Amino acid sequence: MSWRVATVVALRDQSPTARSIYLDVPGWPGHAAGQHVDVRLTAPDGYTAVRSYSIASAVDRDGVELTVEQLADGEVSPYLGSELVVGDLLEIRGPIGGWFVWRPDQREPIQLIAGGSGVVPLLAIARSHSVAGNQSPIRLLYSVREPTAVILAAELEELASRDDGLILTYAFTRSVPPGWNRPPGRVDAALLADCTWPAELLPTCYVCGPTGFVETVADLLVGAGHDPARVRTERFGPTGGIR
Amino acid sequence: MNDSYSYLDGNAAAGELREIFAVDVTTAGGQCAGCGRTAVLADVRLYVRAPGLVARCRECDAVLLRLVRGSGRAWLDLRGLTYLELAMPDDS
Repeated sequence: MSWRVATVVALRDQSPTARSIYLDVPGWPGHAAGQHVDVRLTAPDGYTAVRSYSIASAVDRDGVELTVEQLADGEVSPYLGSELVVGDLLEIRGPIGGWFVWRPDQREPIQLIAGGSGVVPLLAIARSHSVAGNQSPIRLLYSVREPTAVILAAELEELASRDDGLILTYAFTRSVPPGWNRPPGRVDAALLADCTWPAELLPTCYVCGPTGFVETVADLLVGAGHDPARVRTERFGPTGGIR
Repeated sequence: MNDSYSYLDGNAAAGELREIFAVDVTTAGGQCAGCGRTAVLADVRLYVRAPGLVARCRECDAVLLRLVRGSGRAWLDLRGLTYLELAMPDDS
């Protein structure tokens, strides 16, 4: 698999620290929902840094949409988040990863669980589910620090507004909007019991977020009776991981 | 919850491994030579804060795979895996 040169065709801020990057990629073979790409930056002295970013867009042969959360001490994300402009070229490799994916021929219920910017590949799954006209029930539990940290809200709410569309639940960990029905808090067994498909429905669960979040949620799901083989995870860490 | 977890999933090695293998080996099953546990490589622990990539067994923490890139070459150590089981189309 070789590196391709992609052109930045649009940028859109998602939150004070996250933005979506739309790339035109000549010869892009298309991707499966949940896959990621590697982005390589090369400094004038030849030093290179490679980071993985999840694809947010539904399957598309013209290009990809990434959403990058800027990390204060990051080596790559501050460049992508602040300095990149339309018309810039980026080296990308992908699509990558055949495990954390959803395919339109799957018929079982889908449970998506996001921590922070882990929502990005889950949006790709929800979008692909909608584009495919797949009838399996789909829901997303999106755990996020506070309302202003929510990213891709318009895209998610559009999917949630459709008949038989995405069932969307936010869980705020630090502060909640006025009148919210739940105090702020981490995802726990009670919240999962309230807001996710029960194990008896045999859903496939896709959990994406920081390693600690994924570790906790995956353990809770298995504890609630989900088959570990049906709990697919994607962790991202402070450096080098999938964002 | 702890933000100091230093590992990811095997998923994150898919790009580097795809440079070497003709197929995505992160979807392959592999058996740990240490404890005998079998797992999909995408689901093992991957440590990236090292001179290369190091995959470890979730069960016994044994090293399954190491991949180091150098100038113009790569070193791949798979001795921690007894075998890999890959899906192969019958007509190829």
